[in-house]
Amino acid sequence: MNTQDQLLHVSGLRIEAKSEGIWKPLVHELDLELRKGEVLGLIGESGAGKSTIGLAAMGYARPGCRIAAGTILFDGRDLALASEAERTKLRGSRIAYVAQSAAAAFNPAHRLIEQCTEVAVEHQVKTKDAASRDAIALYKEMRLPEPESIGFRYPHEVSGGQLQRAMTAMAMICQPDLIIFDEPTTALDVTTQIEVLASIRGIVERHHTAAIYISHDLAIVAQMADRIMVLQNGRLVEQAPTRTMLSAPREIYTQTLWAVRQFKTVEKARTAAESPQLSVSDLNASYGLVKVLKDVSFDVFPQRTVAVVGESGSGKSTLAKVIAGLLPARSGQVALDGKPLPTSYKNRSIEELRSIQLVHQMPDAALNPKQTVGTIIERPLKLYTGLNAKARGERIAELLSLLELEPREYIGRRPAQLSGGQKQRVCIGRALAAEPRLMICDEVTSALDQIVTEGILKLLARIQSELGISYIFITHDLTLVRAIADEVVVMKDGVVVEAGSKSSVIASPRSPYTKLLLSAVPEMDPDWLTRRLRTRLE
Amino acid sequence: MIISVASRLRPELASIPITAWAGILVIGVIGVCAILAPAISPYSETAIVGDAFETWSREHWLGTDNLGRDMLSRLIFGARNTVGLALATTLLAFAIGLSTGLSAAVVGGYLDLLLGRAVDVLMAIPQLIFALLILAVVGPSAVSMICVVAVLESTRIFRLARAVGMSIVAMDFVDVARLRGESLGSIVFREVLPNAAAPLVAEFGLRFCFVFLFVSALSFLGLGLQPPAADWGSMVHDNASLITFGDITPLIPAAAIAILTIGVNFVVDWYLSISSRTAH
Repeated sequence: MNTQDQLLHVSGLRIEAKSEGIWKPLVHELDLELRKGEVLGLIGESGAGKSTIGLAAMGYARPGCRIAAGTILFDGRDLALASEAERTKLRGSRIAYVAQSAAAAFNPAHRLIEQCTEVAVEHQVKTKDAASRDAIALYKEMRLPEPESIGFRYPHEVSGGQLQRAMTAMAMICQPDLIIFDEPTTALDVTTQIEVLASIRGIVERHHTAAIYISHDLAIVAQMADRIMVLQNGRLVEQAPTRTMLSAPREIYTQTLWAVRQFKTVEKARTAAESPQLSVSDLNASYGLVKVLKDVSFDVFPQRTVAVVGESGSGKSTLAKVIAGLLPARSGQVALDGKPLPTSYKNRSIEELRSIQLVHQMPDAALNPKQTVGTIIERPLKLYTGLNAKARGERIAELLSLLELEPREYIGRRPAQLSGGQKQRVCIGRALAAEPRLMICDEVTSALDQIVTEGILKLLARIQSELGISYIFITHDLTLVRAIADEVVVMKDGVVVEAGSKSSVIASPRSPYTKLLLSAVPEMDPDWLTRRLRTRLE
Repeated sequence: MIISVASRLRPELASIPITAWAGILVIGVIGVCAILAPAISPYSETAIVGDAFETWSREHWLGTDNLGRDMLSRLIFGARNTVGLALATTLLAFAIGLSTGLSAAVVGGYLDLLLGRAVDVLMAIPQLIFALLILAVVGPSAVSMICVVAVLESTRIFRLARAVGMSIVAMDFVDVARLRGESLGSIVFREVLPNAAAPLVAEFGLRFCFVFLFVSALSFLGLGLQPPAADWGSMVHDNASLITFGDITPLIPAAAIAILTIGVNFVVDWYLSISSRTAH
């Protein structure tokens, strides 16, 4: 690499975090180079140090962390040694940062354009008028609707995807040399994500801005980056140009990451003789005056998995609440084995409550932090089964082994001493302790890393084949649907737009929304985004 | 097990600030006085052992009061009576405030509305006037004072418990418990209360101080513990005339009230700083 061309050169970077009074390394001796105009993808699971490295590229360490060793040469200047004043001068004007949650990054009390132009005015790069004109030009480039006036709205008056684009415009306002994108589309729906990705890629290319693009989603990084670095536990696993990396990963860890999404269960088709285990008919539900579910109907057959897919606001989580009885339906019914269930959980019998178990999205919130794993799993056993203390203990051990958690090691732990995947396993274990006939899994893997997700999917599939439980699997992620569903229900704005067997819905979708949804799921092909944008133009 | 707890405690103990140590010392000394009062006080609580208003001497370290009872002995017994009263009142107030507040948070709906408005009514009337009024009607006695003050103080605890409870009730594990068919008591005591402990314990310390001051004030006005029982508030009242002669003796029970209040506050501050540190 010729040094003229080089923008960022990090070598021997070690970042440490203080835990229990001792400095422990988060990032180990990392080297990183970035040319002008190049986009580098950083990929890895949580705890890999992606964000820490991204922030270090600005010479910044989060509170409780420190840059312990190494040099961070930005355009020839060492940011690790530079004074705070020098670094502050660079940040915003020559290096910019786009955070994961634009909603949290914008100040809700100020208009977008004030916040977008503030940096430029503050750094005395431009006058306020010039900055406002540039901001409007950037809004146009980011393809925001009504670019002339959208800046005069407050953050809550625009959608999540628009806010994320406004934030990118804010980062671009001083024409920086380097932008760090930290998972900018993770909080967005797939159909919004593709728009934001296209705008970000367009603007970075046109302005010849170098970027570090951080994501846990390989398919997205493949669209954005020229070169990819794979990280694990603060160490570099390997790096290569995007195409080489995708076609021929060298390291085992990278190969595992690449293979994660290949798990698939065999679709179990309906047979004529069966009758549905759970049938939902003409369900209507609302929060106050807002209708969230409109005439939703579908059936769940024994030992099958029905995937309910939709974007945020589609009513899919409300559906879970209504079936469980937490939110009583306005009209319509939920019947278990042909017998209608009372709409509120308060009027359901113990037996009915036992039959349907709900597993939540956030295992952190679903487990009482003050109780041990043993207590958590024992409670349903105590309530629903006549087992004595000794038999309950044996059953807990049995369940933990089923969940692939060593009973003696985990029985006494509290949720804080478990990883995200282990917590979700405990939640599943608690549901299984009730010996349910149907489990509603509400986005159970969305808070988890890909490899952990794969483990949970395999566990669910094994439990289904061993115990014969049926699932309602609620998700926004079509890759998961491909992996685990037998039947698919697609929802949009509280309405079922399409339902059918997995093979028919995925292979030949009838509704335009399902087609849109399917086409928006990023693929591992680096040309996917270009191709998608081209087909849309035609 | 014990060793591991002890080794974990050691850095905690080392990090206790000096103010908290002072608070612990004050609480300790007053606690010992309260528990061992009959053993350590030189004279009995009620016995007249000399002339009225004797000055400080070998026999009576802090002199005697308006009836000729030993001041020091009454101060020591006063710790037992005043602190005991305040503690009992605070405990009762917490029992009422916690059970109603957490139930309102868990059940919601009409119960929440009803309890909330009832508390608003109680809080709308100035506490001291309300207490004086009720005590004037039912007659002053230790039991009636405990009940009246506990009910009045429980309104603040209700508000706090309800607010803390609300944020816990929003967590999924409470939904899971509801769907499991758990009873109200089980949800309140197994799921919500353990997670509300930190702010409530801190509130207990602060509430104790307020109750203690309130009880002392009522005693000073002659509506609390009835004679001849020793009580810091009424001791100030009974001997107040000595101040005009330049004798500071009546200020000693008043100082005891102030010192205990400050000591408890120091300990509460320390506890709050620990629990906020571990929360992050």
